[in-house]
Amino acid sequence: MAVVTPPPAPAAAPVTRVARRPGGKWYTKVPGYGLIRTTHGLQRTMLLVGLGLILLFLVAALFADFIAPYDFNQTRYLGVPFGTQQPPSADHWLGTTVGGFDVFSRVVYGARTALAVVVMAVAASIVIGVALGVVSGYLGGWLDRVLVLVTDALYAFPSLLMAIIVSIVVSSGSSSALGGMVSASLAITVIFIPQYFRVVRNATLSAKTEPFVDAARVAGSKPGRIMFRHVLPNVSQTIPVLTTLNASESILTLAALGFLGFGIEPSSAAEWGYDLNKATTSDVANGIWWTGVFPGLAIVLIVAGVTLIGESLNDVLNPLLRTRGGSTTTADEAELVEVVMAEAGDHRAPFERDDAVPPVTAAGDSRAAPGEAP
Amino acid sequence: MRPSKQRSANSALLRYLGLRLALLIPTVLILVTVVFFFMRVIGDPITAAQGGRLSASELEARREAAGYNRPIWVQYFEYLGNILRGDFGIASKDHREITEVVLTNGAATLELVFWALLVAFAVGIPLGRLAARYHDRLPDVSIRTFAVLFYAAPVFFVGLLLKLLFSSQLGWLPASGRATFETRLELGRMENPSHILIIDAVRSGSFDYVVDVLRHAVLPAITLGLLTAGVFIRLIRINLLETVQADYVTAARARGVAERKVVSKHAFRNALIPVVTVMGMEIALMLGGAILTETTFEWDGIGYQLSQYLLARDFIAVQGIVTAIALVIALASFLIDVINALVDPRVRY
Repeated sequence: MAVVTPPPAPAAAPVTRVARRPGGKWYTKVPGYGLIRTTHGLQRTMLLVGLGLILLFLVAALFADFIAPYDFNQTRYLGVPFGTQQPPSADHWLGTTVGGFDVFSRVVYGARTALAVVVMAVAASIVIGVALGVVSGYLGGWLDRVLVLVTDALYAFPSLLMAIIVSIVVSSGSSSALGGMVSASLAITVIFIPQYFRVVRNATLSAKTEPFVDAARVAGSKPGRIMFRHVLPNVSQTIPVLTTLNASESILTLAALGFLGFGIEPSSAAEWGYDLNKATTSDVANGIWWTGVFPGLAIVLIVAGVTLIGESLNDVLNPLLRTRGGSTTTADEAELVEVVMAEAGDHRAPFERDDAVPPVTAAGDSRAAPGEAP
Repeated sequence: MRPSKQRSANSALLRYLGLRLALLIPTVLILVTVVFFFMRVIGDPITAAQGGRLSASELEARREAAGYNRPIWVQYFEYLGNILRGDFGIASKDHREITEVVLTNGAATLELVFWALLVAFAVGIPLGRLAARYHDRLPDVSIRTFAVLFYAAPVFFVGLLLKLLFSSQLGWLPASGRATFETRLELGRMENPSHILIIDAVRSGSFDYVVDVLRHAVLPAITLGLLTAGVFIRLIRINLLETVQADYVTAARARGVAERKVVSKHAFRNALIPVVTVMGMEIALMLGGAILTETTFEWDGIGYQLSQYLLARDFIAVQGIVTAIALVIALASFLIDVINALVDPRVRY
């Protein structure tokens, strides 16, 4: 027994070997490579631009400490104040703000705040919204009716207004960096839960009539197991595109909260919306452009990046939706929403046709509506 | 045979509209309830607004006088009763009646939304048609890129850029407000002012006032209008692309109708139906955008006023305004549904 048995190979290894194309280069292992490979021409360009933009902001967020020359709430260096509203210079590449902060550093650190809030908000709304949707759709009954009514009512209300109210309720008293980010995320979560809820609930309604659900029931599975082991995997394909839509919307909502003065305290985290507010109230009238233009551009680029990825993702996940005539350009999200709604069948309450949805989705929902009438 | 069929179709329509109207009640009730209890989670309105400024005993006396020490359910049902009577309360910050705030500041928001819709139609419809006509070619791609940018740019950033360019740099247009101080003063002296400044200015008969009001409206209208235009572009483009492939369009072509006429008469009109539907959703979206636009341009609309009350923690005012907004949105979406059901015979439930 002197032969030492080699340590067992990691379980995943053989799978990876099979999945990888023979002779594949290193870049074939990069996540998202498969996604890129399925795209062509213009669509690939849009996807690559989107990925590039997001990568840029990811790098900024993760390595902000190394990239930014100063701290986001630093106003002096070696005891010497930066000076307020200084134009861009060698010391301050993008100038300084009315509060004496370095604009470049705040733009870089702002990426960290934005990404933290987006991840928290989207994760929380997926978990809560999907769970509620599956349970409500599967169990039905009075719980379902009440939840549908409540989410429909919340959905019809201006989402920004709801976010403001929630952020005031949650944040009263907390001004720490984490507290501010959590309360902003919660405010955004409240407006997203109805979106996940309705999509997942509708998908659940059609999934639960499938034979495999009956089979599981006959086999004696408990409702909890049926819902989360059998139904959930079959409704989860509707989630990714909604997630990209929500990611961009949550960045815009965070910035809007900051702009209106209901966001994160400026001393505890860098936040683009707050900087834009300061620029609008104190700098624009004097022709000072650098304090507002750069944080604003950051918002536009990150939202555009997420939106471009969303458009491509939508197209790849739904190849049937490509525009007619065999071209492979992106289909609008509209068409995805249409399929999501079509999967949902006719279970939608009359209310669901005419509510407030993010602009992108709005287009699709409405387009689908007339055709779906029986 | 025919008349009876017609009658049953009509009664189906009426039943649908009746159901739709009945569903308004729970929607509004839920929103009012959610807002009421959200606001009370923080504390009663007096502690929220005056906390720290008054001594504990004074606070207690005021709370008792206002009835905030009673059980929350009593207060809730009292609030519902007041709303049913049309009494939305009085703001504690400036002692204005909420009903009056909603009417005067709401008029300002209505004016802003009107101008913005004008911009949205003027920009969105031609660009949407252009994109559909040059499907997948350069104009389409560039217009769609613009639509993404319109969506990605927060309204307050667009507003900031416009202010920088047209106000600070070029000095062509005013940066904020709805009119100059003198104009506001003069128009305020009118009897029965509509608070929609352009109407008041026209009624005053002074050309200068009209120009002044219009000049102030340009930048806010573009700011809010471009946001909406992005939605219109996508919508018109995709619907037009779909309708030009419809059978009745092919039939029109086969009858020898000129292509230009096919697009403008047969396809475009039908592509507009969804726009009516979206107008309903746009109301909520535009109200959100209006809060931001109004804050950017110090336009004293309902959104601007609401955020002032929020910052002052005046929760009576917030509750009242939010309830009023919920009512307006519910009613507006009902009206859009009525129009939609009348215009598009396929919509029946």
